[in-house]
Amino acid sequence: MSDKSEKTEQPRLSVFKTYKLYVGGKFPRSESGRVYEVTDAQGRWLANAPQSSRKDARDAVVAARKAFGGWAGATAYNRGQILYRVAEMLEGRRGQFAREVADAEGLSKTRAASVVDATIDRWVWYAGWTDKIAQVVGGGNPVAGPYFNLSSPEPTGVVTVLAPQDSSFLGLVSVVAPVIATGNTAVVIASERSPLPALSLGEVLATSDLPGGVVNVLSGRTAEIAAPLASHQDVNAIDLAGADEALAKELEIAAADNLKRVLRPQPVDDWAATPGIDRMTAFLETKTVWHPTGSLGASGSSY
Amino acid sequence: MTSAFEYAPAPESRSVVDIAPSYGLFIDGEFTDAADGKVFKTVSPSSEEVLSEIAQASEADVDRAVKAARRAFGAWSALPGAERAKYLFRIARIIQERSRELAVLETLDNGKPIRETRDADLPLVAAHFFYYAGWADKLDHAGFGSSPKPLGVAGQVIPWNFPLLMLAWKIAPALATGNTVVLKPAETTPLSALFFADVCRQAGLPRGVVNILPGYGDAGAALVAHPDVNKVAFTGSTAVGKAIAKTVAGTRKKLTLELGGKGANIVFDDAPIDQAVEGIVNGIFFNQGQVCCAGSRLLVQESIQEELLESLKRRLSTLRLGDPLDKNTDIGAINSEEQLTRITSLVEQGEAEGAERWSPACELPDAGYWFAPTLFTNVTQAHTVARDEIFGPVLSVLTFRTPDEAVAKANNTPYGLSAGVWTEKGSRILAVANKLRAGVVWSNTFNKFDPTSPFGGYKESGFGREGGRHGLEAYLDV
Repeated sequence: MSDKSEKTEQPRLSVFKTYKLYVGGKFPRSESGRVYEVTDAQGRWLANAPQSSRKDARDAVVAARKAFGGWAGATAYNRGQILYRVAEMLEGRRGQFAREVADAEGLSKTRAASVVDATIDRWVWYAGWTDKIAQVVGGGNPVAGPYFNLSSPEPTGVVTVLAPQDSSFLGLVSVVAPVIATGNTAVVIASERSPLPALSLGEVLATSDLPGGVVNVLSGRTAEIAAPLASHQDVNAIDLAGADEALAKELEIAAADNLKRVLRPQPVDDWAATPGIDRMTAFLETKTVWHPTGSLGASGSSY
Repeated sequence: MTSAFEYAPAPESRSVVDIAPSYGLFIDGEFTDAADGKVFKTVSPSSEEVLSEIAQASEADVDRAVKAARRAFGAWSALPGAERAKYLFRIARIIQERSRELAVLETLDNGKPIRETRDADLPLVAAHFFYYAGWADKLDHAGFGSSPKPLGVAGQVIPWNFPLLMLAWKIAPALATGNTVVLKPAETTPLSALFFADVCRQAGLPRGVVNILPGYGDAGAALVAHPDVNKVAFTGSTAVGKAIAKTVAGTRKKLTLELGGKGANIVFDDAPIDQAVEGIVNGIFFNQGQVCCAGSRLLVQESIQEELLESLKRRLSTLRLGDPLDKNTDIGAINSEEQLTRITSLVEQGEAEGAERWSPACELPDAGYWFAPTLFTNVTQAHTVARDEIFGPVLSVLTFRTPDEAVAKANNTPYGLSAGVWTEKGSRILAVANKLRAGVVWSNTFNKFDPTSPFGGYKESGFGREGGRHGLEAYLDV
């Protein structure tokens, strides 16, 4: 055989990608140095994903806390602009995500492409909520007295999100976007079996003007990473979407130690259906601010 | 101290209220003995007089009451909202009609001044029932989707500091949304809840819709843990709140918690001093400071500390402590001996840690549970009196120099229920209110409540809101 024929018969060797965590706007490997094998729906090897440790989880909380003030304090319009830009970046990577979702969930190319489209649309939907949710769930209260008072929603703080196990991309975005649209910051535990779309989402977020630390993505064993996060005193809330019943109960008990807001796992038949606003309100506080009005009217004076 | 204008005593007559020598549990529309026949006594904190003997609920009684509430749920939740509304309007009107009786009763059983029960508690109780009555037939428009559904049986555990008001906060939204109720009042203040049972009877409320179970913590724990309770609402201490959150973990029970607080009352150098002093007094001495949203930490800008403290001390010297049934009384009795012991020990700890204690000259009655209004200066953030909820008439004074420092100190607590801001500068009010991690911020006022306004905490002060449209969510399947 000649060199020439060898060249034509050998297909091009692809460049493997080392998937990394996304923490504080950077892409670290797990500090533990551990990885685990990620396979496609047929069991074929896809990549070695980082297997996060407790220390990775703690680092992610530190990053999320550091980012909270700036993100919560950004104007709603600004948050909307940034989230919309995330959608633009996702749109540019449709092909990549379609491949990853097809591999992860064993979907046909067409079906995976439509899941990705629905995911991007979901992100846009939440981008539009940033400057509307306060008007829908807040407002002025008709107090019986010479006072003016307003109730406004405020983000609760750092939210741990256990992404759904079955829907690696649409489910993921459906639980992450509402948390950050309302001004919280997130520590996200990707689907244990199919973490690759989540890790790739980190790459999109990093190039979308989203401040580092607003979303942090960890991959690994859900139960192992979630336990220290559920008992972490600087985490304010936890979304248990990706926990089974036994794990959810255990985490909920741990979460009671500092009275975290807990969103219990809700069965979701169809992630593509339009979500309500529940996933946003679950991580909002209501602040009511009072001030005397100085009731000129009562003394008979007029303007 | 003698003042220019001494008041003549003006005790309110207690003849407007008939307290029976004994009361049963209110289950399925009837008063009944406890299954094991146990009783306890409720005493008047201002005189230690035994007011009545009350049946003490146990687990078996909780089960009976939950069963009654479950039986009543079908028909009650199926009523058209407009019909449920009319029951609530009836209750509200009867409360207004009987408010004199209820105010005197509440003062006797709780120890708080008649001025507060008459002018704050009772009007608010009636207003809550009126407000939620109006929601009962408008739930489709409340922003929780069309035809939101009630949850079922609500188990509610309330504290002793505002016995009837907390009952109203819990029962009014529960009934308006179509739930039925099992409520456990606190063991030191069961009477007004039992009188409320009579209000329900007068209103013709169907049997089993409201059940009242006086008892101790074990009855509350049994209620919270009962497998046929769908919703748990608790107001009380953070420690018990955490235990309840653990109990309901892994169940489908919906939970709301209104817990402790260590509210910061921030006074800037441009604040109207006289109004601020009134606000500080109201913030920490209202109901003897036994208020979860009390402004128990005064944060005063360093430059006006001396002037403010001088005014404050002068004002405290005019407070009248004594017979709660005297309408000129400002400071009534501490609710129980147990609470008095707790306050005393925390105050002693404050002194031992080096904070400077001050009280106006104040004569305490011989009988009953009393604590003089108390001020701590030289307090640092590390002091116990600046960190722990005392739940008594004890104010800790800290200072700050810049708005940022004020915010940092105000937020330096695991609690997040209330805060106050005093300044003439509007932009400063808005900026500071925005940064405070607290569910209620009173600017240039303090301790104001209204049924239309959501109330509830951030952080370890609990979750969920009571009052307003937001208050409906806790009782709906949303």
